Amino acid sequence: MSTLAFELPKPTATWYLVLAAVLFSVGVVGVMVRRNPLVMFMCVELMLNAVNLSFVALAKQLGDIGGQTTVFFVMVVAAAEVVVGLGIVVAILRRRPGATADDLVELKG
Amino acid sequence: MIDLVWLIPALPLLGFLTILVLGRRLGDPKAGYLAAAMVGGAFLVTVGVFIDLLSKSPEERHHVVNLFSWVPVGSLRVDLAFLVDPLSITMCLFVTGIGALIHLYAVGYMHGDPRFSKFFLYLNLFALSMLLLVLGENLLVTFLGWEGVGTCSYFLISFWHEKQSAATAGKKAFVANRVGDWGVMMAMFLAFQAVGTISYGGINAAAESGALSQTTATAIAVMLFVGACGKSAQLPLYIWLPDAMEGPTPVSALIHAATMVTAGVFLMTRVNPVIHVAAEWAGWLIAIVGIATALFAATIAVAQNDIKKVLAYSTVSQLGFMFLAVGSGAYVAAIFHMVTHAFFKALLFLGSGSVIHGMHHEQDMRRMGALRKVMPVTAFTFIIGWLAIAGVPPFAGFWSKDEILLYALAKSPVLYVLGLVAALLTAYYMTRQVIMVFYGKARWHDAHDEHGAHGDFTPHESPKIMLLPLVVLAGLSTVGGALQLPFSADLHFLEKWLAPVVEFGEADIHGSWAYDNKYLLLGVAVVIALAGIAASVMVYSKNKIAAIEPKVLEQGWYYDKSITAFMGGPGRRIFDGIAWFDAHVVDGAVNGVARLVRGSAGGLRKTQSGYVRQYASALGVAVVLLLVWFVVIRGII
Repeated sequence: MSTLAFELPKPTATWYLVLAAVLFSVGVVGVMVRRNPLVMFMCVELMLNAVNLSFVALAKQLGDIGGQTTVFFVMVVAAAEVVVGLGIVVAILRRRPGATADDLVELKG
Repeated sequence: MIDLVWLIPALPLLGFLTILVLGRRLGDPKAGYLAAAMVGGAFLVTVGVFIDLLSKSPEERHHVVNLFSWVPVGSLRVDLAFLVDPLSITMCLFVTGIGALIHLYAVGYMHGDPRFSKFFLYLNLFALSMLLLVLGENLLVTFLGWEGVGTCSYFLISFWHEKQSAATAGKKAFVANRVGDWGVMMAMFLAFQAVGTISYGGINAAAESGALSQTTATAIAVMLFVGACGKSAQLPLYIWLPDAMEGPTPVSALIHAATMVTAGVFLMTRVNPVIHVAAEWAGWLIAIVGIATALFAATIAVAQNDIKKVLAYSTVSQLGFMFLAVGSGAYVAAIFHMVTHAFFKALLFLGSGSVIHGMHHEQDMRRMGALRKVMPVTAFTFIIGWLAIAGVPPFAGFWSKDEILLYALAKSPVLYVLGLVAALLTAYYMTRQVIMVFYGKARWHDAHDEHGAHGDFTPHESPKIMLLPLVVLAGLSTVGGALQLPFSADLHFLEKWLAPVVEFGEADIHGSWAYDNKYLLLGVAVVIALAGIAASVMVYSKNKIAAIEPKVLEQGWYYDKSITAFMGGPGRRIFDGIAWFDAHVVDGAVNGVARLVRGSAGGLRKTQSGYVRQYASALGVAVVLLLVWFVVIRGII
């Protein structure tokens, strides 16, 4: 095993923050442009986890356990939200297969 | 026994509720007997309280029975409390006593009416309201009763609402009374603002101690007088009472002669310290309105042909006498006349009801005559009532009217002379009525011209249940004067009894010319009464003098017509203007606010499109804007 020709740079917190920003942006764009409720749902999860990632990165950098604790809270709440959200999505798709988020406009008062 | 005073209004309330639930099942005549028994029971309780009160010394005859705190708001505390003192018990005695008699009479009079039980439902509700009115310890409890009697009066005047005239008369009474109610409410606000309480104890104590300024006292007294004018049918608000005769006759006797219309006089007496403290012109105003009404109504009564209309105008006139007494500071005389008037006017009304009953609902006196032969008991009792109201000694009305004239002379000779003229007219028109109804030729044979269905009918005497109250009231009208005889201070029973209530406001006429010559005044009063009777006999019985019954009097000085003309013409336009203002400016403001809110809400609603994308982008844009605000403009990082 020879060592690599060049030293891989050591990842810093900035990398993780940039990655989190990219993931968040992907999520935002996904929610705005996609119509499939399931995909929009995944995009929301993406945004949540992007925030989680930045929390963890900053907690590591600042040596503060508080950020990691918050992530657990976010994950628990997100899990609960997934249950409700998926339930709604399944109920809608069962009644109207292939429905998009925009089709639900008719629910407005 | 005094603590049981709540039973007095509670019994009619029980009767009201029972008839409300079971009225139809009880029916005719059980519902009537139940109602009469309840008022009779209230009378017995009142007698018990009266005896209890008599056994105490005069200073201790003042009890407040507090049932519960009714309106505790900030610094205003109004209790549902009853005031037991000589004045309220005097009122209760004759309201329940005469009320029970009239209930009994009504059982006979209303027999066969399809809404029999409903009639007694209203009568009991009326008794309840009237008792609340007189027993209330503060203006609000009195006002509750005040409104209650007004409402019952409306129900009962238009009891036969199939008749257009009855329905209209009910509305007229209600509207005229509302004007008076405004005065009572204003007085209540003023009292609360100036004294901080609306209980009679508080207001009168403030007046007696001088804490109430003269200006405020004048305002309260005048406002209460406006209320009294409405309820007690004084000028200019008397218009409803003659029309109120559209109601069944027991109602006219109970409400529009004996009890409700005296509420104004009662209220004035209740607050006599305030009137005493008020500016002198307030007393003059009351006296002048009183004597003007007495004269005005007496002249109209001279030319009426409806048996009940004569009595109605006579009631207005006698109430004027009572206000003359109040204005002259003669509160004892006012209450005295109120009591004797309740006796003889209830008697006269019930007698006229008996005549109407016997004449198959004929009310025109020109179709009567010689009825004393077919209706002996009615005629006999009616004649006693006539002697009492005309002021012939020793019947009740003579003594009370004389007492009022005595105080009127002490205040001003002009009031006295006008009072004598009114008394003369009273004797004149009452004699005219007695002659037209009970004497002369029988004119009812041709009555079938209009009542073809009856054929040639003969009037009949009324059943015993209707005659019993007549006989009792005739007895009371005969001896009622014994309450207060002028001959010696020992015989001033009513004055001694009422002294704790009225001693502050009562005028002191000892030593005045009028007081020293009171026997002379008695003689003058007798001469005046006999002159009135003699004149009437000459005109209507002997036909020596032509009757003076000008159209202007028959039409009541065109007072009603003028009001109608005004309301139909310029008044109508003014009120149309006010209605326009209400519809366009007041409502416009309210509706404008509503329209603005609805419009802006409708605009905002469009942003709720239902597209998740739009919500998300709105969120994103908002976040960016907030960041810009905090970071760039406020400089916070």
